[in-house]
Amino acid sequence: MLTKFSKALAVTGHYGSGKTNLSINLALALKAEDRKVVLADLDVVNPYFVTADFKELAASAGIDLIAPAFAGTSLDSPSLTGELGGQLGSGATVMIDAGGDAEGCYALGSYAPRIREAPYDMLFVVNFFRYLTGTPEQAAEYMKEIETASRLKVSGIVNNSNLSYQTGVEDVLQSIQKAEQLARLTGRPLLFTSVERGLAGKLGETGQAILPIDVYVKTPW
Amino acid sequence: MAQRLLMKGNEAVAEAAIRAGCRHFYGYPITPQTEVAAYMSKRMPKVGGLFLQAESEIGAINMVMGSAAAGKRTMTSSSSPGISLKTEGISFLAGSDLPAVILNIQRAGPGLGGIQPSQADYNQAVKAAGHGDFKMLVFTPATVQEMCDCVFTVFDLTDKYRMPGMLLCDGLLGQMMEPVVFPEPVEGLPAKPWAVNGHRNARPGNLVNSLYLHPEALEARVRERFEMYKTIEETETQAECFMTEDAEIVVVAYGACARIARSAVTAAREAGIKAGLFRPITVWPYPKRELTGAAKTAKAVLTVEMSMGQMVEDVRAALEYKKPVEFFGRTGGVVPTPAGVLGEITRMAKGEWL
Repeated sequence: MLTKFSKALAVTGHYGSGKTNLSINLALALKAEDRKVVLADLDVVNPYFVTADFKELAASAGIDLIAPAFAGTSLDSPSLTGELGGQLGSGATVMIDAGGDAEGCYALGSYAPRIREAPYDMLFVVNFFRYLTGTPEQAAEYMKEIETASRLKVSGIVNNSNLSYQTGVEDVLQSIQKAEQLARLTGRPLLFTSVERGLAGKLGETGQAILPIDVYVKTPW
Repeated sequence: MAQRLLMKGNEAVAEAAIRAGCRHFYGYPITPQTEVAAYMSKRMPKVGGLFLQAESEIGAINMVMGSAAAGKRTMTSSSSPGISLKTEGISFLAGSDLPAVILNIQRAGPGLGGIQPSQADYNQAVKAAGHGDFKMLVFTPATVQEMCDCVFTVFDLTDKYRMPGMLLCDGLLGQMMEPVVFPEPVEGLPAKPWAVNGHRNARPGNLVNSLYLHPEALEARVRERFEMYKTIEETETQAECFMTEDAEIVVVAYGACARIARSAVTAAREAGIKAGLFRPITVWPYPKRELTGAAKTAKAVLTVEMSMGQMVEDVRAALEYKKPVEFFGRTGGVVPTPAGVLGEITRMAKGEWL
């Protein structure tokens, strides 16, 4: 389900939808397809728990990581490097982990003219357990805001609904129904549902595309 | 079953405050606390409440004082440097017998320090949240759920005792996401016949004031408050014990640090070491009796903090300096690891203390 992705792939969604963890999983999966992968962290909103935390993991997997200039430091100054512009259209698969919310997508919007020069994919990641995207209607509203801010169109929905360590099989199954409703409401395809690997094994036959993922964004304990 | 949501600590605590009846919030952005103000700005207008971004932290705490004097459940939040700015106002709240809730999502200090998590404002919160003889209720939740639950408790207790209360959290708790179930919204807040009301009923009116013209009168009022503080120390302490019943090494930690310590204690038990965790939930009043009980079988005690060691002094005092109490901590925004804590437990289990 990943091979079809274009060489420019933006990952967007409400903050807390799981973009960062999903981006790392997708980057590793695309790398496994022998692509040259560049993972760009455009999150200039969140101070902690961001893609920029995964420099070592990316390096060991052969993924180029582009992070905000001062990520991981105490300089609370949201600023991006010029690297991303250089990588777009270079032949590499450039995955962009956009910042949370529509606010975070303004940074993505500044690259929109370059991204639109070639076919691109923009994923809308949704977690129906987050407070502002609890219903398909709310999520559809959010998607619109993100498209306006980023000046790009969402090409597909990823259902990443989870309650962190409390997620159960029923939670995932119910979220798939909501994700299908969201797809109908917005006319965008539901690409797949991403589920933590252990839990994915317990789902049984869902008739749905399920992407088992690993949890990389972890607490210190 | 109540609805479960995945919430960031900062958002959850804001939502919980609204459900606890807070309709007046005054704040100012600062990392890693900003989402509290951002959430309040979105939600307050929808519930008929007021969100106001003040011109500074000092402005915000004085607005809190105004709303509190008018008898409203009111709150402000900030992170370490911003809390320092609020300390004058906190002292004025205490001196005027006004209830209000202050949230500190601690970052590293001193000075501007850094934006990473810290617990180095313990002494400020517990010993000197402003000038003068006074105390403030201080709660230290360790999970996003507990942040929500504590907000309700702190609002209730600050109203009950007419004094300021603080939720002392750290950047990790503010920024992390966890599942939460919100308590039902509070209905029917306690009456506050002492509040100023613009004299809509008869004079003589209520006076909210912290200035005393005669030293004897001030001394008498302060003594009254300290009698009340004694009652609070006897009745309002909260703590949690984990595997302390037969523990030879008792680890004491609060907030996010307690979760790191708990992992280390579990690992120590698996390695055959009798370790346990004592987690204070209130740090003023400090759960002295509970700690003494938890440390009964302890040969030594290890305090773990994200600071150079502040609560450790309270631990030593609570145990009346009768047991060896050691300290392990990281500071500057560096978070201790379970392995680091386990290393200390293992060393101490061999009977080696410094």
